[in-house]
Amino acid sequence: MKTSSKIYTALIMIFLFAPILVLIVFSFNESKSLSVFSGFSFYWYKELFHDTATLKTLQNTLVLALCASAIATIMGTAAAVGITKVRNKYLRVTLNTVTDIPMINPDIITGISLMLMFVFVGRLFGAATSLNFATLLIAHITFCLPYVIMQVLPKLQQMDKSMPEAAMDLGCTPFRAFTKVVIPEIFPGIITGMIMAFTLSLDDFVISYFTTGNGFQTLPIRIYNMTKKTVTPKMYALATLIFFVILALLLISNLSDSDSSRSMKEARKQKKLRKLEEKV
Amino acid sequence: MKRSNSIFKKDRFVKRLTLIPYSSWAFLFIVVPLLFVAYYAFTDSDFNFTLDNVGRFFNATTSILNPDGTYKEVHTYLVIFWRSLKLALISTFICLLLGYPFAYIISRASAKTQKIIVTLIMIPMWMNFLIRTYAWMTILQDAGILNGILDFFGISPVHIIGTEAAVVIGMVYDYFPYMILPIYSIMAKMDNRLIEAAKDLGCNGAGVLRRVIWPLSLPGVISGITMVLIPSISTFYISQKLGYGKFYLIGDAIEAQYSANNLHFAAAIAFVLMVILLVAMVFMQNYANKKTLVA
Repeated sequence: MKTSSKIYTALIMIFLFAPILVLIVFSFNESKSLSVFSGFSFYWYKELFHDTATLKTLQNTLVLALCASAIATIMGTAAAVGITKVRNKYLRVTLNTVTDIPMINPDIITGISLMLMFVFVGRLFGAATSLNFATLLIAHITFCLPYVIMQVLPKLQQMDKSMPEAAMDLGCTPFRAFTKVVIPEIFPGIITGMIMAFTLSLDDFVISYFTTGNGFQTLPIRIYNMTKKTVTPKMYALATLIFFVILALLLISNLSDSDSSRSMKEARKQKKLRKLEEKV
Repeated sequence: MKRSNSIFKKDRFVKRLTLIPYSSWAFLFIVVPLLFVAYYAFTDSDFNFTLDNVGRFFNATTSILNPDGTYKEVHTYLVIFWRSLKLALISTFICLLLGYPFAYIISRASAKTQKIIVTLIMIPMWMNFLIRTYAWMTILQDAGILNGILDFFGISPVHIIGTEAAVVIGMVYDYFPYMILPIYSIMAKMDNRLIEAAKDLGCNGAGVLRRVIWPLSLPGVISGITMVLIPSISTFYISQKLGYGKFYLIGDAIEAQYSANNLHFAAAIAFVLMVILLVAMVFMQNYANKKTLVA
């Protein structure tokens, strides 16, 4: 890289990480101030671990993200398999367009539209409040699905179509061919899709804001309610912890993605294939 | 051919088994809710047809105080809409201006550097955007960190918080990665030999950029623009915090109506926004198709 490029990259990185640096530094602030650093302390971390309401919303967020990403991954993978089998051009175009809608539409419109439907249906059944965990889960699955499909579909299209056929010719049932041949082939796409769905669900505020009721609060919604009043460094302490968890996960995934483990995976796959051949 | 017939049947069974759950889900929770937006937008609280909600968007007026003490009547929601459009366009333009050269720099770096920088760009995206926006508030405040740094170097303080500039900074910050990543992924696939060939044939730096790099990267630019413009036109938190709520945006208007339980008017604003975005998208897509066909 040229020196000018290096300087430019450094400036952009400063811009991107300035607020994160600020919140990490001030999470260790002794006083309540978010702009004047008076001394180092773990006070706000202690406060955070005693704040059961916030920890409860963190738990809610994780439960929601796990449920939503698991369901979206299963349904999305199945949908991707189905979409590749569609031969009718119009049906395929329609399916792809509808799948794109939640990705293109602004979050606020996705949120409002789902909320209006939930409220309307709730009113039909005479319910006083129609927004709860179920509606939130439905909303999260809905906006996660396109991202799973987007990751799995290209893997299916890249896959050699004769492989599952060969497996079936060699006596595999279609289901076995699917689990033993197709799934391992598209597995990286499924995993990336699931991770995307999980992080999107974890971080979503706008859609959750419109589709959840009073009973079930997620962390982003709690943060929103807290930032309406004055924020203490406690929120920063939480953000700092989340930052380091993400950093650790990224480092782990980068290490496991390195060449050595990839070649090991490849070898394992070869071994499996040979075993399968022997069995048949 | 009994066997192939049974495989054919099984295939159709698999197709149904995999497609029916998703198609019903997509219809129920993607298509139908959008119809509900239109339904609410064109009905009153008793669900009788009315044009009042959409009419209110175009006709409602507020009087604002002029500096000379007189009052001026303005269209409430049209002003909000134009302000949203203006700030979103400025933010998108700044993102493109800063992001395009940056994407080019990354795409020309070594594979290892590319991976590191892309990961670094994505880390802030995984942090909650409310907290990041709030952190910007403490940076930009009059007695904030930025002015502290400026003061340290003996530069007079700047007043940013509560201005449109602060809102733009927040938007650029939040959506910057969405501009860089699509442009970068197109540029990383670009054939370096094309650039070399253009140079060999006597093209200077600006010519290479205008005639080779820009046309090839256009699909990435188009998707970058849409990915920044759409969230920034519809955002509803940034302006409340960084603009001190002085610069109401279209997203704030929808949120305010939702909070006040005016669902029909909230739907009307959302409906107008949706229609305008749809038209803009079709227009952009046509432009992109034409341009890429020529290039």
